[in-house]
Amino acid sequence: MSKNLIKQGAEARVYTTPFLTRAAIAKERFRKTYRHPLLDKKLTDRRLVQEARCLVKCRNIGVDVPAVYFVDLENRTIYMEYIEGKTVNDLLADGAAITTEESDELAKKIGEALAKMHAAEMIHGDLTTSNLMIRDVNKSLAIIDFGLSFITSCSVEDKAVDLYVLEKTFLSTHPHAHHLFLTILKVYGESYNNAKSVLRKLDEGK
Amino acid sequence: MKSNTNVLIALGLEGSANKVGVGVISHDLSTGAVEILSNIRHTHITPPGTGFLPRDTAAHHREHILPVLTEALKVAGIETEDIDVICYTKGPGMGAPLISVAVVARTLSLLWNKPLVGVNHCVGHIEMGRQVTGAENPVVLYVSGGNTQVIAYAEQRYRIFGETLDIAVGNCLDRFARVLNLPNDPSPGYNIEQYAKRGEKFIELPYTVKGMDVSFSGILSHIESIAPDLLSRNECTPEDLCFSLQETLFAMLVETTERAMAHIGSKEVLIVGGVGCNLRLQSMMAQMAEQRDGKVFATDERYCIDNGIMIAHAGLLAFRSGYTTPLENSTCTQRYRTDEVFVKWRE
Repeated sequence: MSKNLIKQGAEARVYTTPFLTRAAIAKERFRKTYRHPLLDKKLTDRRLVQEARCLVKCRNIGVDVPAVYFVDLENRTIYMEYIEGKTVNDLLADGAAITTEESDELAKKIGEALAKMHAAEMIHGDLTTSNLMIRDVNKSLAIIDFGLSFITSCSVEDKAVDLYVLEKTFLSTHPHAHHLFLTILKVYGESYNNAKSVLRKLDEGK
Repeated sequence: MKSNTNVLIALGLEGSANKVGVGVISHDLSTGAVEILSNIRHTHITPPGTGFLPRDTAAHHREHILPVLTEALKVAGIETEDIDVICYTKGPGMGAPLISVAVVARTLSLLWNKPLVGVNHCVGHIEMGRQVTGAENPVVLYVSGGNTQVIAYAEQRYRIFGETLDIAVGNCLDRFARVLNLPNDPSPGYNIEQYAKRGEKFIELPYTVKGMDVSFSGILSHIESIAPDLLSRNECTPEDLCFSLQETLFAMLVETTERAMAHIGSKEVLIVGGVGCNLRLQSMMAQMAEQRDGKVFATDERYCIDNGIMIAHAGLLAFRSGYTTPLENSTCTQRYRTDEVFVKWRE
């Protein structure tokens, strides 16, 4: 079986690998040698389970995320679906031609997906445009990398932070597409009952 | 007396916490050489089980600053006319101790007719760390009794990527030292470190990382509440508790530092501030860096622990870029964020 490293983040190494008959992603939370072994195991197990739980929960409520194939606690690895598609970061990159219609459509999909996720009390924890993808096959918006995700108890603040992180990405990486972020917020506001208090919190933070 | 007019000499006065320090530094503008001419310090040490209070600390500084100053000038072997600028800590820190030192800086400025530069204490630590270690553009972990920040430089400012949401890591260690009645000499953190070396059993404690931020107050309350019971039943030793506390707190610091490194794509880490002397923290950071092909820079107690020389150094950098603090603005402030300083002297 051939494993190809595609990314090393702070938390994990991400590989592409075949899983049974399918192309898959293997995300291994590598052992941190600096951490006491007991602490390392506790943190890794907890975060691995949290990530898998959020992915499964999202899928159950109809938010498009990679399907979880297998959780290998012993080897600290989650196997999940390999999504063929482009990240929103790529779609908005300089020179990428995107029409107003397309960008409105994109903003609508993002706003709706985030609304659904937050309505189910899930916080992504690292919402950047690199973690939002459009599938090649059906143009569905998929949210990826739930490595820092968690389930809250109705925290308005955590949700506002999620949006704030996304806004920061827009400001720093896609300054020309700020209108798109505003449309995302508009759609988010329309699709989620509790959006008002989250958006108010987001405003307060500025 | 100095003969070379290309050499600038700065006097630095620091007293934001329980150390009063005076340092003299010279920058040779033609060669770029930096020379530390003197670095004298006196620490206010309180009995075991107690912390240091602003009022007593200010009294300590008032009592010791003139002997420390005289000694610093003597060791440096300079005359007052050799000094080009007087630098003092503007903040952050404890109000009364800061003021007790600023008064001296202002008086000297008037007495000797020298310009003043008010320095941000955190920026002092960072610049001194960069100078001593040669780290070019590191992610900085600034950890002390009053501060805990993960910092990186971008566009003329030291930006704060992560920080403590409540108490500083050094404060957490110091306050636990009081619970165990460890001496404050030379510092409570140092004694915790020695105890931790002999600890074996790992006691599970809360672990609070939120993105790039950390929180310590819950950990302190938890360990304070379980310690008496565990100790009285001989379930663990004070050494085990120190060990577990250090392992947990430092793992949180290393984790957030690593996240900042991954985020900005940096391979260097610089540790500054009093807790930065801790060898266990340094070695954990080194292990993390090794797993990422990176490198750790750290300094020893002369520069990690608050000192006058870092104030002189950062103040002189600002002075060279054309900055001075007019007498009427030479105030102190307890709150002074690292990212408020416009860093004109860097690319």
